[in-house]
Amino acid sequence: MARVVFQHVTKRFGTVVAVDDLTLEVEDREFLVLLGPSGCGKSTALRMVAGLEEPTEGEIVIGDHVVNDVDPKDRDIAMVFQSYALYPHMTVAGNIEFPLRSRRVPAAQRKELVDAAASALGLEGLLDRKPSQLSGGQRQRVALARAIVRRPQVFLMDEPLSNLDAKLRVQTRAELIELQRRLETTVVYVTHDQVEAMTMGHRIAILRDGVLQQVGAPQDVYARPANLFVAGFIGNPPMNTIAGKVVGDDGGLAVGLPGARVPLPDGIVAAVRNAGVEEVVIGVRPEHLRLDAGGIVPATVTVVESLGHERHVACRLDDGTLVIVRQPSDQAAPSVAGTVHLATDAQHLHVFDAASGDRVGAP
Amino acid sequence: MSAELAGALQPGFRNFLLGVAAVVTLSAALAVAGRFVPPRPAAAFRTANRYVLLTVLALIVLFPIYITVLNSVLQPNEIIRRPPTLAIWPWEADWSGYSQAWDQGDVSSYLLNSAVVTVLIVSGQLVTSILAAYAFAFLEFPLKRTIFVVFLATMMVPFEVVFFTNLQTVATMGDWPVVGDHVGLDTYGALAIPFLATGFGAFLVRQSFLSLPRDLRDAAALDGYGHFRFLTRVAVPLSRPAIASLALFSFFSAWNQYLWPLVVSDDKRTVQVGLRQLRGVALDQINVTFAGTVLAALPLFVLLLAFQKQLVRGLTAGAVKG
Repeated sequence: MARVVFQHVTKRFGTVVAVDDLTLEVEDREFLVLLGPSGCGKSTALRMVAGLEEPTEGEIVIGDHVVNDVDPKDRDIAMVFQSYALYPHMTVAGNIEFPLRSRRVPAAQRKELVDAAASALGLEGLLDRKPSQLSGGQRQRVALARAIVRRPQVFLMDEPLSNLDAKLRVQTRAELIELQRRLETTVVYVTHDQVEAMTMGHRIAILRDGVLQQVGAPQDVYARPANLFVAGFIGNPPMNTIAGKVVGDDGGLAVGLPGARVPLPDGIVAAVRNAGVEEVVIGVRPEHLRLDAGGIVPATVTVVESLGHERHVACRLDDGTLVIVRQPSDQAAPSVAGTVHLATDAQHLHVFDAASGDRVGAP
Repeated sequence: MSAELAGALQPGFRNFLLGVAAVVTLSAALAVAGRFVPPRPAAAFRTANRYVLLTVLALIVLFPIYITVLNSVLQPNEIIRRPPTLAIWPWEADWSGYSQAWDQGDVSSYLLNSAVVTVLIVSGQLVTSILAAYAFAFLEFPLKRTIFVVFLATMMVPFEVVFFTNLQTVATMGDWPVVGDHVGLDTYGALAIPFLATGFGAFLVRQSFLSLPRDLRDAAALDGYGHFRFLTRVAVPLSRPAIASLALFSFFSAWNQYLWPLVVSDDKRTVQVGLRQLRGVALDQINVTFAGTVLAALPLFVLLLAFQKQLVRGLTAGAVKG
């Protein structure tokens, strides 16, 4: 078991910077999710841990050793690929056994280990099949079995669920969480799916254009996004963001929004004053907005989507900004094209600097 | 009148007309009964046309083979008779031509020489092609593209262009210490060495290697397999179709060589050169030459029948990636 550390790691492909000065520590036995849109450098970061790419600058540490110059096979890691990367000409047993053969594990012990890995993932009956005879979910589990069979210090997973259908994905998600707990292994997991990140990770590290945006427990990242990018990336539907100007208001501060003026809560006022920002973006999660006759921001309903247990009401403010309100389905649905008023509680307001996108106020 | 006309016609033609009349009447009757659905006439006609064309082509291709086999079991005087006896099937086959070709004509030793040389060439081409293909597909090195293009360019150079250079080289190699006796003129080495590597083989196998997912290479690296073991355990087994095609092609071209063996071999004659010799030895026994020809072609027939699929795949290799 081991920690994984990125120390000022940069990776360039020609002039393209894939990972930019990444410093991040994955603790022993932690399940850390690298999250970001495609092309953000998360897979490159993972491949550097695996040794499939060399960092241009910086150091990668596994356990207590800098591994920059260590061969992939000597890093004591295992990787699960998005494509599963099973060897098509070998049986399931042959695939699981493959990493043991290269390490010259004796045949009897090999069989024992393969059987153990296969039964851990429910593959007992499939050992003689070829990958082409398996379903996507089964192939996925063979790839996992091949990874766990030699008990590596660190698991690397590169979007392992993205080739599964939605239902199977939810089920496998739970199985992976359980597997990690049982094996007590460090996992670095790459995904672009924020639901996977929220449900699986002990912590989430969000990358954008190779730059680390925020690291934290899923709930912390959700509740206190460090910038507009994280605010928009985590959560479905994403956080509503409305641009406005800071104005004085009875000794406090308020933000002028289209059709209304929203006073800022006391906790943020000092921070906004210190930062000296004038142009800000106000963020509110859809579930923190209410349709309330007493609300201060007027809006026009454009679409009402019913999901059964709740409703998503899309509204436009006077300046055309789209805002989504999450409404419990036991409340009365607003009529489309009707005018509503939006309300929220002060503690749910997030304030971002419009110029830099960074959160204003304590992180 | 019609009876007279019918009587005047050849009996065969009359029967034909009667047959046509019967078919027309029958179809008309069925159509009237409403049960006859003609199989879309245009499509049926096209299919029929296609089959006729293919049959004609097949006959054209097969005719020389048929004549060769037929003549190999006829007596020499039957072969040269004019006009020829058009035997469809040689009911009184005379197989002595085969035993004569095998024993007195030395076809047995020619076949052995051909077999040895062909095995050398095929295995040499497989090894060099697979190794070169691996380098071009999986390794990074300076001038990779340029070198590959040069490799391909060798396919455009006809063998005749480098014929004398090769001849000179092989002749010189005969003076080399230790190995000289195995690589100089009139040795198996001389017959095989110029053909041990081909640009075509490297190209064919490289295309197949390139179609392997990159993840497999990465997974093997993590599983502890270096280049050589990845090549032997993963890349080669997964590229078996392309490699089989290459083996077949190189077998055919090696087996059918004529000019090079004719010049560099004397005792170690291959079968194609030997056939020519056979004709010189037994002028009055042309059936022996035919028998030798059939013997020389036999291994190719067997391979062709056994590996048709690979051959076709090899012909279209590289046309569609994957």
